[in-house]
Amino acid sequence: MTTATKQVEEAAGTQTAPLEVERDYIRPTVNIYENQEGYVLEAELPGVNKDGVSVSLEGNLLTLEGRRNHTAMPESESLYRETRDADFRRVFEVDPTIDGERITARMEQGVLTLTLPKAEAAKPRQITVA
Amino acid sequence: MTLTRWQRPIGYDLAPLRRSYGLRDDLSQVLQSFGNVFSFPWEAGAEVQLHGLWPAVDVQEGKDTLTVNAELPGLKKEDINISLHEGVLTLSGERKGSAESQNGGMSRSERWFGHFQRSLTLPCKVDTKNIPATYTDGILTITLTKAEEAKPKQIKVQFK
Repeated sequence: MTTATKQVEEAAGTQTAPLEVERDYIRPTVNIYENQEGYVLEAELPGVNKDGVSVSLEGNLLTLEGRRNHTAMPESESLYRETRDADFRRVFEVDPTIDGERITARMEQGVLTLTLPKAEAAKPRQITVA
Repeated sequence: MTLTRWQRPIGYDLAPLRRSYGLRDDLSQVLQSFGNVFSFPWEAGAEVQLHGLWPAVDVQEGKDTLTVNAELPGLKKEDINISLHEGVLTLSGERKGSAESQNGGMSRSERWFGHFQRSLTLPCKVDTKNIPATYTDGILTITLTKAEEAKPKQIKVQFK
């Protein structure tokens, strides 16, 4: 970890989770960026719309869930298949300096973008020498 | 690539392979199982991501239609190209990074950006005039109508 503050990291809990959980969910692919203001997390949730997303923060654990908007095609059969129908879920352990009240989320073409601002007190500050 | 009828894989009883459904996952599962054989501790539980076959596609056949779905999260409509030439459907385009990705400060990078192209050989002749496509929630859906000669027909046999 490059900075003094602890970076957003995957919770150990996701790796030791029972196999059942592993089987029922797809772990979305994410990118996480850090800037002075805080973190930006992008998660790929293809097939999920705004109403299907849930983001929750409990203590340090940030949970993303995405339910697919199923549109069953009547009277058709699958010829070829690479995607999986399962819903999405991933848990992150977040930097404790994040201001949980100001987290914002945006959903655009299957990509969830979360903005996680750092609390004012935790931001880097320039101190002028008098 | 040719279309083969999709079947749920049988015999995937080994725990690390259990999650595998799609062709795309198979390769990563193989890599993962190697990881288990040699027990790389840093790979434990980690998902190996392969982007060789991107986007993932599904093909469904209805009575008169073929529907192709592709998982393409995070694109703009104008960055997707669809072409059909001699029974080969080609999806191509470019996924551009967000403003954040341009500014550096990356602390985890799993998503993939850049150009992509995938071609599918369609299993039957389709009407090339009218090909409606939609792009919603990061899923591209192309509806192809089977050509008249490819539709199932009742043949009347005359007995003498």
